[in-house]
Amino acid sequence: MKVERAKLTWLERLYIPSILNGFKVTLRHFFSWKRSEVYAEKQSGYAAKLTMQYPEEKWPVPNGYRGAPYLVKDEDKNTKCVSCQLCEFVCPPKAIRITPPGQSGEVDREGAEKMPKEFDINMLRCIYCGFCQEVCPEEAIYLLKDYAITGEKREDLIYNKEKLLSLGGKDKRAYDHHSQDGVTEGIKKWEKKTKEAKAQPEFH
Amino acid sequence: MASKDIAPPVETVTVKVDGRPVEVPRMMPNWEGNPEPTTVLQACKIAGIEIPHYCYHPKLPVVGNCRMCLVHVGMPGRPGPDGKSPENEDGTPKIFPMQLPYEPQTPRGVIGCATTIIPGMEIYASSPETKEMRESVLESLLINHPLDCSICDQAGECKLQEYSYDHGQAESEFEEFKVHKPKAVDLGPRITLDAERCILCTRCIRFTKDIVGDDSLGIVNRGGYNTISTFPGESFNNNYTLNTVDICPVGALTSDDFRFQMRVWFLKETKSICTDCGSGCNVMIGSRENKMYRYEPRQNDAVNGHWMCDSGRLNYKWIGRGDRLSIIKDRKGKTSWPIALKHISDHLVNADKGSVAIVASARQTNEELHLLSKLAKHLDAITDSIPRKGKADHLMMIEDRNTNTTGAQLVGITSKRVGSKLSIIKKGIESGKVKTLIVFGEDITKHGIDTELLKKVTLIVSDILPNETTKVADFLLPGCAHAEKRGTFTNVKGRVQKFMKALEPPGDALSEWEFLHELTHNVSGLNGFKTIEGLFNQMAGEVEAFRDAELTWAKLGDHGLDVEL
Repeated sequence: MKVERAKLTWLERLYIPSILNGFKVTLRHFFSWKRSEVYAEKQSGYAAKLTMQYPEEKWPVPNGYRGAPYLVKDEDKNTKCVSCQLCEFVCPPKAIRITPPGQSGEVDREGAEKMPKEFDINMLRCIYCGFCQEVCPEEAIYLLKDYAITGEKREDLIYNKEKLLSLGGKDKRAYDHHSQDGVTEGIKKWEKKTKEAKAQPEFH
Repeated sequence: MASKDIAPPVETVTVKVDGRPVEVPRMMPNWEGNPEPTTVLQACKIAGIEIPHYCYHPKLPVVGNCRMCLVHVGMPGRPGPDGKSPENEDGTPKIFPMQLPYEPQTPRGVIGCATTIIPGMEIYASSPETKEMRESVLESLLINHPLDCSICDQAGECKLQEYSYDHGQAESEFEEFKVHKPKAVDLGPRITLDAERCILCTRCIRFTKDIVGDDSLGIVNRGGYNTISTFPGESFNNNYTLNTVDICPVGALTSDDFRFQMRVWFLKETKSICTDCGSGCNVMIGSRENKMYRYEPRQNDAVNGHWMCDSGRLNYKWIGRGDRLSIIKDRKGKTSWPIALKHISDHLVNADKGSVAIVASARQTNEELHLLSKLAKHLDAITDSIPRKGKADHLMMIEDRNTNTTGAQLVGITSKRVGSKLSIIKKGIESGKVKTLIVFGEDITKHGIDTELLKKVTLIVSDILPNETTKVADFLLPGCAHAEKRGTFTNVKGRVQKFMKALEPPGDALSEWEFLHELTHNVSGLNGFKTIEGLFNQMAGEVEAFRDAELTWAKLGDHGLDVEL
């Protein structure tokens, strides 16, 4: 069926009355601001419907949110990752790339055996699935709350070990739940083992 | 041939495995290959049931100290004073499940690796009793194990990990501190020991003592402090040390070369042949993303058994070297395969009969050498190869360090005395009779034909790594390492074995057989095959020794076939 378009009058074709009509609505709202619902809400403390000044202001991210994966440090600010490469193996988009340390182990403290030589996450590839966090036997990688990952070049978005460690920082989850009787004793993985070994009598 | 004689019938014994009667030979070869009464473990294997084990290895003496292969069995009763065996009511022999003598209701296990079978025996390989025994053994093996799978190189191919998963229990009742033992001990120049992970199966000790004949490893300290060690001040250093890393069921012995390099589950495994000497040990290449990480011996009882030498195992680094030849060049510089091959073909077609000499490498494959020999026959060229000798040892390493000397001799590239015609080639160049020299994979300047002489001829060189000869080549054709192509080698004993491609070659590099096939076709007009299978089958029909053995690519299988030498 063909619908005939209503023929516009001369005045209508000029468009100016319509534009002025539009302005009228805007101006009415502009001058009746104090009578508006939004004003009332703001006065009563609810600011939910207001425009948020992103990126200066940011949404409070709910707990359990899966943001960018970063490497976390333990309570003594030590690297927790031991370069087991399980996250690299499980990562569905192959965003993680670890360079194993080789024979030296790349260790930075007594008793430690193995640490990654290089740890790259390609944030362009990451799909925030959280498998790396789930699979990590050392609880060294967590999906933190960063969601706005920006960069000027593609290379900027491949985060290396230093960047991931500094962004991850000391994360309470990485050691706090190991408390007994309400006392946080921390993990101190290598330190405890070394102490235990030293306390043991020598047998021949 | 002896193997074609009809063998005498094998004496068999019937036992029941999980209630199923299985007929097994009464005697089976032991670790040295001598017949010994069949064991419970072997009988179960024949029945298709794998009994978990750590210390047992088919090629090592049986000691039975890990207790992992404990199984519950039932024995037929001994004949009474009347000479009759106890029977059930229906007349079948009565079976007595084994029990502890002082605790009659508790089932008693026997170790499968050292218990010989007797007729009528019942093996309860999957019964709840057997399962409980395995759980208990695993629990005690794990008492002092550090459970550091996340940093252990063995994780992924660790028997302790596998059996704990299959037969173990999740919880340990052990609450005390674990015994700490030396970690990252430098046992020898190629081996690092983590004594905490060791389960004291003594496979490494037995291998070193009984196979290599170097009694250098032993256990020191007592009880829970037992530790594998060398004599004080001594180093664990023979040419077979790295085999202990393979047979170590846990991650106690690790290879320095592979330590913390890559987790094993990333490695792609490709069947190949070691190229370090003429023995032709079967190996498995472990590679990831075009980088090779290790060789492991691949079982082939006709060649290397389960083992390989350290020098062969570590001889792979050159494959990934940064200075590999990867650009095809002619006199003017970089060119391309079609152009270079056309120029070379035109040159060879116009060459006078007898004016071409070919120096092939006895490290090339049978197929490549065969194509070269066809080319030589057409051009009436003089061909030879270069001998390469090293020190032999008492086990597997032999004097001839060329991988395929036998192949080169069989296809007619060289005579029994390798390198005897080099002086003729040299004289030919000096007199101007030889105008074109084709060199494959050898640095000819180290064998009497120096750079000045090489400038007198048109030099066509194919090689993998740069050397003095490749520097003065008129045509430089980058070739492939064995890990980057397919083909066959013939070892010193005449076993033809194939190897597979694990890596992509760098840059322009191309499998030698591919361009040789084209070159031979262009020059001689003889048509060949464009696949390695076809090429091998064609060669098998043309080379006498291969034809006699009725070889085909498919028949070679993973373990190769022998030809008469």
